[in-house]
Amino acid sequence: MAFANPLITAYAVEATEFPDLARRYHVSGVPKTVVNETIEILGALPQDAFVEQALQPPA
Amino acid sequence: MALLSPTDQDKLRTAFDEMTSPVRVLFFTQTLDCETCVQARQILDELPPLSGKITVEEVNFVLDKEKAAQYGIDRVPALALVGEKSDSRIRFLGAPSGYEFISLVQALLLVGGRGTSLTPENLARVASIDKPTTMKVFTTPT
Repeated sequence: MAFANPLITAYAVEATEFPDLARRYHVSGVPKTVVNETIEILGALPQDAFVEQALQPPA
Repeated sequence: MALLSPTDQDKLRTAFDEMTSPVRVLFFTQTLDCETCVQARQILDELPPLSGKITVEEVNFVLDKEKAAQYGIDRVPALALVGEKSDSRIRFLGAPSGYEFISLVQALLLVGGRGTSLTPENLARVASIDKPTTMKVFTTPT
């Protein structure tokens, strides 16, 4: 998705190397995706579901 | 995954053959206090021999703070994949071992010319995003 839109930056974060980040984002299981610090997606979703959840407007 | 088997090397060589444009892997690292930087370096060293289109450029996080900031890097080890025309805005934080190595290979192929795996509908939805957006995917090495 980052490749498709210049406004999106994607980070693949190795949680065990950066426990402070894992704590900040309350990562207890992986994979966990955090979009714009607010939207959290747990687990690996099929593409359509992932895109839909990632793009939902903030609550 | 410090060393690839000859079979894996061949598979990767074949996969990388489909790349049509070069990818620069900016590797942000530091000499002291970073065990996983060494691990990351070892993993990255495996790649350029498998493809003339992949280059690894080491950036010293301590000495070159400007470049680190330019790519939004605030910790090491970290990778930024830069395509021929522009920054792909794909970052890896931490040594790309285990499944992350596979993600790295897929990202290299994507930035190197392979078409997107997004469906046309999803591509359109992603294209409609009109503000800076970050997506952080947390994984653990397996």
